[in-house]
Amino acid sequence: MASPSTRIDDGRDVDSDNSGLMREKLSVLIVDDELLVRKVHEKLLSKLKLAKQVQTQTATNGKEALDLHLSGSSFDIILMDLQMPIMDGTEATKELRAMRVESMIVGVTSVDAGADKEAFMEAGLDKCLPKLLTADKIKSLVETLEKNK
Amino acid sequence: MDVGLMQMQGRLTDYMNSLFKEGILDSQYLELHELQDESNPGFVVEVVSLFLTDSEKLLDDLSRDLTQQNVDFKRAHAQAHKMKGSSCSIGAPRVKNACIVFQNFCQEKNIRGCLRCLQQMKQEFVLVKSKLEALFELEQQVVAAGGSLPKMQPINPSV
Repeated sequence: MASPSTRIDDGRDVDSDNSGLMREKLSVLIVDDELLVRKVHEKLLSKLKLAKQVQTQTATNGKEALDLHLSGSSFDIILMDLQMPIMDGTEATKELRAMRVESMIVGVTSVDAGADKEAFMEAGLDKCLPKLLTADKIKSLVETLEKNK
Repeated sequence: MDVGLMQMQGRLTDYMNSLFKEGILDSQYLELHELQDESNPGFVVEVVSLFLTDSEKLLDDLSRDLTQQNVDFKRAHAQAHKMKGSSCSIGAPRVKNACIVFQNFCQEKNIRGCLRCLQQMKQEFVLVKSKLEALFELEQQVVAAGGSLPKMQPINPSV
């Protein structure tokens, strides 16, 4: 089983015009069974430099995401896929909310609207967005995070 | 500037534009390119390689699954969903569309439709694979000649 991976970008190459307003840290957990999706989202987050220090971690299924939390990790944002082996996004989200995890949990799925997607939302998502996330969508999530501080 | 290099860059631009015009690639491919930088110059090749490897395996699995006596249409639908997702992620709309049609046949439990459509998926996959390999070859030639890759804008961007 692949172990979760961590990446930290220290945001040294920030634009000088907005570095004063930039948040200090942003930690994001990317939960998806597809390596391609994890790589693209990780790269996007590192490139956007939405905080002075951006830390990303990845997990390949809902159970790995839970295990990370049980071992003491916490995140500002969790990007959660729906269809994953071992534990899917709906179950993982329910478990995380039952654990009183306060992270912004964003469903990221290409599943069309229907019962599965509704159940996913009802499990405790803050938002559900289509794959792949774009730069604008990620920036908007961080803005929402800032507003809700 | 080296005339030979300029010609190579021109060929690369023309080839890229032809891929957009034929609908083989869409603007999502350019989004991937935007993520590539000096810290990870092979990012696009890496991501595309993942797509090609995963898709080949998925197509093999589907070929096997559709020959079973009791076809598991739900599983086939899920496999096509994965390939739809990854083809969308790298900006290969024709592959994506073939996957959508396949999924519709799965929902109807139409084995003949699925088999026909699987051939279409394979054809579109082989096509995008060969086109991307040719594109990477041209890019390598430009870089090897000391040039930089031209910034691309699709002629007919898909919305």
